[in-house]
Amino acid sequence: MERDDRDRTRTHPLTGMIPVLRKEAIHIRRDPMALFFTVLIPVLQMFMIGFAINTNVRNMPTAVYDGARTQESRRLLNRFINTDDFEITSYVDSETRLNEEIIAGRAKVGIKIPPDYSRRLLAGDTASILILVDGSESSVAGEALNVANAIALRESIERAMSVSAVRQTLPVEVRPKVLFNPDSRSANFLIPGMLAVLIQIMTVMLTALAIVRERERGTLEQLYMTPVRPLGLMIGKIIPYAVVAFGELGLMLVFMRWFFKVPIQGNILLLLLLTIPFIVTMLGLGLLISTRAQSQQEAMQAAFGTMMPSIFLSGYIFPINTMPKFFQIISGLIPTTYLIDIFRAIILRGAGFSSLWKQTLILSVMGIILITVSSIRFRKKTG
Amino acid sequence: MAAIKTKDLTIKYGAFTAVDHVDLSVEEGEIFGFLGPNGSGKTTIIKALCGLLKPAEGTGLVLGYDCATQAAEIRQRVGYMSQNFSLYQDLTVNENMEFYAGVYGLHGKYFKRRMDEAIALTHLEPYLERRAGRLSGGWKQRLALACAFIHEPRLMFLDEPTAGIDPVARRDLWDLLFQLSGQGVTFFVTTHYMDEAERCGRVGYIYLSKLIAFGTPDQLKGLPEVSPAGTKRIEIITTQTSNAFLLMKSRPYVRSSTIFGQAIHLLMDEQVSLDQVKKDLLDGGFGKTELRPIVPSLEDVFVTLTNALKEEV
Repeated sequence: MERDDRDRTRTHPLTGMIPVLRKEAIHIRRDPMALFFTVLIPVLQMFMIGFAINTNVRNMPTAVYDGARTQESRRLLNRFINTDDFEITSYVDSETRLNEEIIAGRAKVGIKIPPDYSRRLLAGDTASILILVDGSESSVAGEALNVANAIALRESIERAMSVSAVRQTLPVEVRPKVLFNPDSRSANFLIPGMLAVLIQIMTVMLTALAIVRERERGTLEQLYMTPVRPLGLMIGKIIPYAVVAFGELGLMLVFMRWFFKVPIQGNILLLLLLTIPFIVTMLGLGLLISTRAQSQQEAMQAAFGTMMPSIFLSGYIFPINTMPKFFQIISGLIPTTYLIDIFRAIILRGAGFSSLWKQTLILSVMGIILITVSSIRFRKKTG
Repeated sequence: MAAIKTKDLTIKYGAFTAVDHVDLSVEEGEIFGFLGPNGSGKTTIIKALCGLLKPAEGTGLVLGYDCATQAAEIRQRVGYMSQNFSLYQDLTVNENMEFYAGVYGLHGKYFKRRMDEAIALTHLEPYLERRAGRLSGGWKQRLALACAFIHEPRLMFLDEPTAGIDPVARRDLWDLLFQLSGQGVTFFVTTHYMDEAERCGRVGYIYLSKLIAFGTPDQLKGLPEVSPAGTKRIEIITTQTSNAFLLMKSRPYVRSSTIFGQAIHLLMDEQVSLDQVKKDLLDGGFGKTELRPIVPSLEDVFVTLTNALKEEV
């Protein structure tokens, strides 16, 4: 009899995977708004961050108090203008006014050339100029000081040499060339990292929510009573979201390449391939959260909780080697650190697998550990 | 062969004993009603019998399989319907059924036949394309039953299947259960409704993790603990129920009393005559009363047993 067929079917560890997968795909399709927002929000974030964040300092508004008003003082000011770093927005007639400009936020930098500037120069004394920098924005301050020092140094050396009249050119000139990101664009540095972080948000949150939602509605309890095995349930649930995450990655890569004009130097297939262990790791993390969280809200909070270290300690924004030793160790434990490494290496430096196997290996190990731990926890709950 | 047989079944959550040495046996084709206050261990026993919880002591046989070691065999052959009809609200009726059919590994001709049978049984035909979330309570319950029954289980666990359902839908569900039971399906039903318990072949009552009563409704009503020697039960019908109830409670010959609508049920000393009671009521100012002897209802049974146990504690 047909019925007896079923009695003979044995369950295997993946029992239930296909129906669960199919059902999950229907869930995703049924809720186009949710899908739209999950896909759209990372893209929006990408646009916001891509446009808003610019750590490169260009055209700093600069106020000038030129007390000397001589040929020499104008020559010095021209040097500042020529760097493109400074944009002279106002000329004032006292040091007090110079201060006011900065306090009011109209200028980030103030240059004061004292009335005796030329006189001292010509007399062979040290002429000092005052550079006021708005320290409330550290990146501006640092850049302004560096450039101002360089200008002053160059001016001094040229003067010193022209006085001695031995040579008219500088003995050594540094011509820096930035590799891999020739224009030092923030977008090139940030967007590959951002991809990693956005994929993390998506995968962790989607998996955690998908399971906690079932627990909340009581359907998980029902599933436990069926022959579905934990592994089949987990994998069936994970695959549809992994597919969505990959689609999202592709979409963001397209925007990155064609909209933000970040060229991809390396092999895009390699990039996608090396993302797999990371996605597995993140899905494991989502599962782990789902075994603990009782409500969707709890799951959401936990998912966001994992974000903080991934944003601040992964090298996404702040370079790891400037961190204190303790945080460097922590950053080594964050999977995102390695994916950001991989992304930057492939996208910006065109690196191949031979220089990335270490990161890949670490991510794979992390992924295996997380998936195993979460399956065990999940199975314990299932009984 | 018994569909379910437990011996000294004991389940612990840490130090807490949720099920304490329970002996149960449910015959094949029987509708077994399982009653008890919330938190007394009803759902825990179901979970244990499906192999979700390991017994700390004792054994449980479900359809001949050991629930401690043969969970997979059991789950393949039993159906379970939880109290909150665990359906996927955003899936259609058809998709919900297909999902569970898939989970149980039905395929090919057998899959098609079972889908048709489940639809015919529950009359869900007109709603197949409707999302489960848009069904009314009664239809949700039918869908849940169809899903739990899709793989033609020989035993079904229904955990408070009628909680929050209107009386008509409740009646319809029971008609369905009797229909299936007639085809040889065994039912293990938990409920709080006494009228449902009265319809069961046998009932069990669990209180504070212990099974304190087990048998047919008539057997339970005849239990000596329920009707102790030297006592009888009478019913008083009056329009002033609450006041008469207070008066009766204060009579020395009344062992216990309960209100049922316009009636008061008394458990009282046997040698006190109905006339004596009538006279007491008249003296208390209750002129229009009707008195008659009754057999205990199931509710009387459970209230008496619970109170007796409370006194022991």
